Amino acid sequence: MAKYLLLKHYRGAPDAVNNVPMDRWTPQEISDHIRYMNDFAARLEETGEYVDSQALAPGGEWVRYDGEGRPPVTDGPFAETKDVIAGWMVIDVDGHDRAVELAGELSAAPGAGGRPIHEWLELRPFLTEAPTVTE
Amino acid sequence: MDEALLRGLTPVVLAILVRRGADFAAAEDAVQDALVEAVRTWPAEPPRDPKGWLVTVAWRRFLDATRADAARRRREDAVDAEPDAGPASAADDTLRLYFLCAHPSLTPSSAVALTLRAVGGLTTRQIARAYLVPEATMAQRISRAKRTVSGVRLDRPGDVATVLRVLYLVFNEGYSGDVDLAAEAIRLTRQLAARIDHPEAAGLLALMLLHHARRAARTAPDGALVPLAEQDRGRWDTRMIAEGVRVLQAALARDRLGEYQAQAAIASLHADAPTAEETDWVQIVEWYDELVRLTGSPVVRLNRAVAVGEADGPRPGLAALAEVDASLPRHAAVAAYLRERDGDLAAAARLYAEAAHEATNLAERDHLTRQAARLNARRPG
Repeated sequence: MAKYLLLKHYRGAPDAVNNVPMDRWTPQEISDHIRYMNDFAARLEETGEYVDSQALAPGGEWVRYDGEGRPPVTDGPFAETKDVIAGWMVIDVDGHDRAVELAGELSAAPGAGGRPIHEWLELRPFLTEAPTVTE
Repeated sequence: MDEALLRGLTPVVLAILVRRGADFAAAEDAVQDALVEAVRTWPAEPPRDPKGWLVTVAWRRFLDATRADAARRRREDAVDAEPDAGPASAADDTLRLYFLCAHPSLTPSSAVALTLRAVGGLTTRQIARAYLVPEATMAQRISRAKRTVSGVRLDRPGDVATVLRVLYLVFNEGYSGDVDLAAEAIRLTRQLAARIDHPEAAGLLALMLLHHARRAARTAPDGALVPLAEQDRGRWDTRMIAEGVRVLQAALARDRLGEYQAQAAIASLHADAPTAEETDWVQIVEWYDELVRLTGSPVVRLNRAVAVGEADGPRPGLAALAEVDASLPRHAAVAAYLRERDGDLAAAARLYAEAAHEATNLAERDHLTRQAARLNARRPG
């Protein structure tokens, strides 16, 4: 099994095909979208492929050490990048193909007009410990 | 084995050991040992006096552990040399635990964890689950807290306000997993209010009961927030409301008003209204005026602006809102609501979207996004 991180972006990803801001959807479309995502997570829990997920607030900032006795430097919110992570999900799957399949499925969540958003999701494999026995 | 009995006795026994001079952390270890012993032997030989049995066994364990340690022996001698606690010990021992757990040297989150552990008798695992952190993390937090209060002598009563604040925090954490923290907070506050003669303890209990009574109606089956005006009032727990009102009235009759009583009074006016339209907003505004006087809190001023909007109309509400710091959480949400009632749908939709952006929890964010979407769907373009 291999762990993958699925990253959903508020902004920074390439534009989705069905790219309409959420507050321009109808309340029913919002409900359908949320239900799709919840169902997706619930189904992965049943297959044993779900590890964890968390939504993140859009705000945030950069923090950097600024030397002995000085408070850390803060910058932002995200002055130096247009990328904002909206949330993440960790899955534990058989391999890369399955991870891509699941990311594709999540990207098909319904949006405005009830049509799939086709949003870009970032898929990142976890680095693992070196194996104790070499083949 | 009666688990509820053991859980109820745990803080009592712990408090007695602490009063006798046992170090808090050592006392807790001794009580845990005694509980293990109880689980092992009680089914075969149930004691006639469970509390006395636990105190005896725990105290013996404490002394054994203390004797095993040379450094601790000196402390034991010091304890022995002290005069008897005397008749003052009739004061409830559990109350000392409340004050110890809410000691000013603890951070609020440590105080909350320690209170749940020592006064509530919850296991570390249960507390960890309720706060969605790993058990090891919570164990660390609790043992740090125990170290912080070890050596604190409770020769004076602590500050009731601090204890109430800790219980209020427990209640606000809501509920998840196998421990319902809101229900736990009510249980502990109920005990506290029975032990001390303090109108604010009663006020806090009333406030919790009145809020908790509406819990079933507050979320839809899919987890979405249901605003007060749209809640199915048939799902409110009327017995709990009646108890809250009774506790509040007795407290108010003492004529020593405090912020919890005032908040409870507002909650009782909501609970009392047969429909949202029949809510007595004029009286609610008066209670908010009291709360502003008592606390000066900007959050209270923000809530007051909502009440003014209901009592006198959206324009006076917006005027009241203009007096409140715009950087407060939920300021945009309140502004959106008042703008919509004033008929400015474009501004309201924009403000709802802004409020959703700033929301700190998912249910609230989704709710506010839906509000923005509802208005945008109604307007052309």
